[in-house]
Amino acid sequence: MNARLLPYVLILPVTLFLCLFFLYPFVLVAAQAFGGSDGLSLDNFRDVVSYWKFPISLKNTMLLAALVVPVQLALALLMATMVNRMKKGRDLVLYIWTIPLGISDLAAGIIWLAIFEQSGFLNSMMTGLGLAEGPVNFLSYQNPGLVFLAIALAEIWRATAIMLVILVAGIGLIPKEYYEAAEVFGASPWQRFLRVTLPMLRPSLQTALILRVVLAFEVFAVVAALGGTLLPVLMGEIYAYQFDLQNGGAAAAMALIVLGISIVFTLIILRVLRVPKGATI
Amino acid sequence: MAEIQIRNVAKRFGSYQALHDINLTIADQEFMVLLGASGCGKSTLLRIIAGLETQTTGEVWIGGRRIDHLPPKDRGIAMVFQNYAVFPHLTVFENIGFGLRMQKLRNDEVTRRVTRTAELMHIEQLLTRYSGELSGGQRQRVAVARALAMEPDVILMDEPLSNLDALLRLEMRAELKGVLAESNTTAIYVTHDQVEAMSLADRISVMHQGRIVQAASPVEVYRDPAERFVAGFIGNPPMNFLPASNHGNGRWAVADQVFAGPDVSAAALEFAIRPEDLRPADDGLEARVRLVEPLGAHLLLTCDVAGTMFRAILDSDMTVRAGDQLKLAAMPDRIRWFDPDTSLSVPTAA
Ligand SMILES: Nc1ncnc2c1ncn2[C@@H]1O[C@H](COP(=O)(O)OP(=O)(O)OP(=O)(O)O)[C@@H](O)[C@H]1O
Ligand SMILES: [Mg+2]
Repeated sequence: MNARLLPYVLILPVTLFLCLFFLYPFVLVAAQAFGGSDGLSLDNFRDVVSYWKFPISLKNTMLLAALVVPVQLALALLMATMVNRMKKGRDLVLYIWTIPLGISDLAAGIIWLAIFEQSGFLNSMMTGLGLAEGPVNFLSYQNPGLVFLAIALAEIWRATAIMLVILVAGIGLIPKEYYEAAEVFGASPWQRFLRVTLPMLRPSLQTALILRVVLAFEVFAVVAALGGTLLPVLMGEIYAYQFDLQNGGAAAAMALIVLGISIVFTLIILRVLRVPKGATI
Repeated sequence: MAEIQIRNVAKRFGSYQALHDINLTIADQEFMVLLGASGCGKSTLLRIIAGLETQTTGEVWIGGRRIDHLPPKDRGIAMVFQNYAVFPHLTVFENIGFGLRMQKLRNDEVTRRVTRTAELMHIEQLLTRYSGELSGGQRQRVAVARALAMEPDVILMDEPLSNLDALLRLEMRAELKGVLAESNTTAIYVTHDQVEAMSLADRISVMHQGRIVQAASPVEVYRDPAERFVAGFIGNPPMNFLPASNHGNGRWAVADQVFAGPDVSAAALEFAIRPEDLRPADDGLEARVRLVEPLGAHLLLTCDVAGTMFRAILDSDMTVRAGDQLKLAAMPDRIRWFDPDTSLSVPTAA
């Protein structure tokens, strides 16, 4: 076969697959979002943005991401550094730490619901220890802060491991000699982390952060399980438009807004954590 | 004052003994070269002194202070790594200034020292570049500059010039020696290049299979090798060896000749002579020329003496051809003797 043609032939199946199952639905969604009674219009966008729940769900989603992602980043960095120092049992620890990754987000939400609900573990424990008179309903509209915290906790528990595995791989790639040089030239362990690990981990940090931030904007099942309708988020609104209100156009418009937010944040992360030309390992 | 004492240092990696009972004292401001073949333990010894590796047994003292339990940064050392370890995410400037920044020096002081050492290493025009934009030799010079900028008591260098071209290496060698002499730094310099060792060292420690077999001035290492290994390692080409049998009264039969040698009772010794200490003569060792290599000022002859390979360096105005029969006289005061059992040198005036 013609050597110049071969690569294109080889990527053809995957291209077809993507066109069929990604590009085509995307075009449909876009068409639906921009579609109106008289051809192209922004009516759907205007409608969803002006709905009273939109600012609240946007705020909630952003706040959740702003709390969850930094905590996860710090935790994942700490855990990755620890794992990297281990000589024995490294794989076992890594395996245990990544177990939550194998649990679907709805299941994770239900697990945490079992902890926080009125007849849940936390309540039985507190009553058992005599810390509380009777069962408390943590996840009620009276405690919006607690609901938010419970959701954040569940998200952190569920999805820190995805950053962890990326960062562990990245840290493992940093040659040992740089740490030795930093040590000889007087860097303390903390300085070595700041001045060697972090900057040399930039490519992995980029990947991990983009993945995690985008996933954070798509938070849904955990919120649904723990908060129900107490804490509206963007994805929940899309769901409501599509299935409760049967308004496909509005749902599509919301989906495109989430996509836009994701793209903006991806670009910001790429820009902030970019590696200068010539500064790669 | 930064005298370095290495006392009974040994190092095992699992079951592999990388260093055997090393004892070495390096005087304050001395330039010590560790010379040896690849894998003999030079880097390991240097890394133990730096604190990057922990010795299995033994002690390291610097300036009268035992330092082998201290972290590297408290040992008063700077180091040039064999694989450079120039930080890829920092510019050349920040690389050279890395240690100074860690010491929290003022900005203008950092700039002053970085600029000065960069000029010394001829890399002042590269200060804004990243290491990915440098050649191997330039990276190596950044590594040297980073160590020099620290103005340490002791500088440890692991093959710091190995990646430079011959001309630049010659220049850097002179530069480095000058800088270090001026700054009163004690230096340990690892290399497997004997010419470099000879030209730089106050003293050379020849290492072989995890041992220091001789630590002496370059001339002494060259003229009076303490062990047969040193004689066969130093010099290009190295010494010639011939078996010698005892002829009584300190006289030894070598090939078809008899030489005055050590007055010892051993039945056999090894006779050793450097190729350049041989002269064509009417009376001498019978040599059959196998190969003639002109070296410009000299001719390198590879001959056969009593069935053993034997090299001689003669003046290039001689006309010799392969197949010729020659008589080679050894300069009497340059002949050395080795005990074939212990490999140690046997002094003549015993
Ligand atoms: N971390 C290690 N684990 C096991 N063996 C090691 C380790 N480091 C070095 N060695 C072994 O110790 C011996 C000495 O190594 P070293 O790096 O000191 O050699 P060297 O003299 O510096 O060689 P070169 O000139 O090639 O750099 C080698 O045989 C090497 O395989
Ligand atoms: Mg080495």
